Amino acid sequence: MRKELTRVLMVAAVLMVAGVASAAAASKSKQISGAGATFPYPIYSKWAAAYHKATGVRVNYQSIGSGGGIKQIKAGTVDFGASDAPLTKQELDAAGLVQFPMIIGGVVPVVNLPGVKPGTLRLTPQTLAGIFLGRIKRWDDPMLQELNPELDLPDSPITVVHRSDGSGTTWVFTNYLSKVSSSWQRQVGNAKAVSWPAGVGGKGNEGVASYVTRLKGGIGYVEFAYALQNQMNYVLLRNRAGDFTKPSIEAFQAAAAGADWAHAPGFYLVLTNQPGQQSWPISGASFILMHKVQNDRTAGRTALEFFAWCFEHGNEMALDLHYVPLPQNVVDQVENAWQERLVGSDQQPLWTRAASHE
Amino acid sequence: MEQVASIPATAAERILQRRLRRGHLADRLFAYTTMLFAGVVLFLVLAISVALLVGAWPAIRQFGFGFLTSAEWNPVTDNYGAVVPLVGTLVTSAIAMIIAVPVSFGIAVFITELAPRWLRRPIGTAVELLAAIPSIIYGMWGLFVFAPLFAEYLQPWVIEHIGRLPLIGALFSGPPLGIGVFTAGIILAVMVIPFVTAVMRDVFELVPAVLKESAYGLGATTWEVLRHVVLPYTKVGVAGGIMLGLGRALGETMAVTFVIGNAHQFNSSLFMPGNTISSTLANEFTEATGELYTAALIELGLVLFFITFLVLALAKLLLLRLTAREGERT
Repeated sequence: MRKELTRVLMVAAVLMVAGVASAAAASKSKQISGAGATFPYPIYSKWAAAYHKATGVRVNYQSIGSGGGIKQIKAGTVDFGASDAPLTKQELDAAGLVQFPMIIGGVVPVVNLPGVKPGTLRLTPQTLAGIFLGRIKRWDDPMLQELNPELDLPDSPITVVHRSDGSGTTWVFTNYLSKVSSSWQRQVGNAKAVSWPAGVGGKGNEGVASYVTRLKGGIGYVEFAYALQNQMNYVLLRNRAGDFTKPSIEAFQAAAAGADWAHAPGFYLVLTNQPGQQSWPISGASFILMHKVQNDRTAGRTALEFFAWCFEHGNEMALDLHYVPLPQNVVDQVENAWQERLVGSDQQPLWTRAASHE
Repeated sequence: MEQVASIPATAAERILQRRLRRGHLADRLFAYTTMLFAGVVLFLVLAISVALLVGAWPAIRQFGFGFLTSAEWNPVTDNYGAVVPLVGTLVTSAIAMIIAVPVSFGIAVFITELAPRWLRRPIGTAVELLAAIPSIIYGMWGLFVFAPLFAEYLQPWVIEHIGRLPLIGALFSGPPLGIGVFTAGIILAVMVIPFVTAVMRDVFELVPAVLKESAYGLGATTWEVLRHVVLPYTKVGVAGGIMLGLGRALGETMAVTFVIGNAHQFNSSLFMPGNTISSTLANEFTEATGELYTAALIELGLVLFFITFLVLALAKLLLLRLTAREGERT
C-alpha cells in the first residue's frame, strides 16, 4: 500500500516539474539561432553576447554568407536568416518570408598610391566605373588628372582588386555601379559574384585589403569598418547631389535617412546612390529574414524581442564597431511591420510593441 | 574421403578438429571483414561520382559539352564554362611538376648517394617536416613573403629580358603583380617537393648495395649508376611518388587561392591572375544561390574528379607499358 502511495506521489512530482518546465518554455525560448551574412557578424555577435548577459537568452549566429543564410531560412533550419542583398517582394512571397533592415554599413573604394594622402583622391561615378571596367588603365589618365589637378598622380598602371568569393559587399558595389553607369549595367550587371572585366580577386574583405596594400597602383573596395581598422587610403566620391563626400558614419546615416523606406515593398531598398548632400553613395543595409508564419511561436517571439532590444540598446555598440544604426523613423517602420505581418501558427500577432515594453 | 570420415575419431581428435574449424572460421571472417573495408572504398568512389553527377545534372543538361569549351563564367547571366579554371588547374600543376620533379630527384640522390652520413638524417627530417606543414601556411607565406619579393626583384627582370623574346615572351609579360598563375605553380612546387622527395629517397634506399657496387666496380660514374642501375630498379616507385605529388598539386585549394589572383580571365601570360577548379569552388560555393550556379560548381568538381582519375589511369598505363617493354628487351 505504502509502496503504491510513494509511487503515485513520485509520478505526481515528476508531472509537476514537467508542467512547470513546459510553462517556462512557453513563455521564453532559451536559445535562438540565425545564420547568414558575414558583414554584420561582428555586431550581431556583440549584441548576442550583451543580450545573453542581460536576459540569459542565447542567440547563436553563424556567419556562413548571405547566400547560405537565405538557403538556411528557406529550409527552416534556423530561426532567422541574414542577407546583405535584399530579396524582392516576389521572392519573399514565394518563400513566405518577411524581411527588414537591421544595420547599415558602407562600401569604400580604397587605393594604394604612394604619395597620395588618404581622402584626397577624387573620383566621379563615371571614372570609378571606367576603372573597374578596365577602360581607364593608368593613374595618369587625363580624366583622373582633370579631377585631381592638385595631386601628382603616378605614371603607373591601375590594378583592379575585386572579391573572388560571392559577397554582399560585391552586391552593393555592383548595384551602385549599375545605377551610375549604363555600360556597367549592360556588360557586367549586379550580383554577389559577377564576371569581372579586369583585375585580380581576393577572398574576403581581408583578401582585397591585403592585395591593395601589396600592389602599388591597386584599387579595391572593402567594408567601411575594414578600411578604417586597416587605415587604408580611401577616396572621395561624388554623390548624386554632386558633392565629393568622405566615407563616414554621418555620410551613411544621411544616405539611410534620405531613403524612402515607406514606399519600398518588403523593405526592398538599396541605399546606393541616394539623394542628400552629405550622403555617401555606396551605402547598404543588412537585412534579417524570418518566416511570415512562425510555427514555433516562442522562438519567433524571442527573436523579435532580441531585435527590439538591439534597436533600443545596441546603438552604442554598433558605433563602436563602425556600423551605422538605423535611424529612429526606420526602426519604427520595422517594428510596425513586425506587428502587422509576423504571426504564429494561430494567426495571432507574434510581437506587439506594448507587450515588449511591459 | 568417406573412409577417413568413417574412422571413429577419438575425443582429442574431435577437439582438435573443432579448433581447426574455429580457426578456419576466424580466418574467413577476417577475410570478409577486410574485403568489406576494401569494398567500402570502392562504394565511396562510386557514390561520390553518382552524387556529383546528380548534383551537376542541371548544368550538364543546360550546357552539354559546351561547358568544357566555354571560357564564360558569369553568375549574372547564369552562363558557365570550365575552360579558365580547367586550364588554370592543368597549367599550375604542370609548372609545379616541371620544377618539383628535378629538384626532388636531386635531393633524393644527394641524401641516398652523395651526402656524408652525418648529414643524411637532418636533411631527411627537414624534408619530412616540410611535408607536415598545413597548406594554408604555404599560402600565407606565398602571399606575404614570396610574392612581394618575387614582384620586387625577380619578376621585373624576367619581364624585361625574357618577356621580349619571341614565342615564349608572351608567357612572361605584363605588370609585375607578384601573384598569378606562375606564383601559384611555384608555391605548389614547394608543397609537392617533400612528398616526391620522401618517396624517391625511400625507393632509392631499397636498391640492393650489391647491384650498385658491381656497377661501380665496372668503372661506372655516379650518374651512370643512377641512370642504369638505380632508376630502372626503382622506376615504379619513382613514378608513384611523382603521381602522388601531381595528385596533391591538382587538388590543392587554399594555398593556390591565396596566390593565384582568382580571376576568371584567360591570359596568355603566366604572370597574370587566373583560377583553378578547387580555388573556384572554395571561393564561390558558399554564396552560390541559383540552382544552375551550384550545379555548374558541382560539375567543376566532377571535371576535377575525372582529371585526377585520368591522370592516375594514364600513369598506371605508362608503367604497364614500361614493364612490358622491359620484358621484350631481356
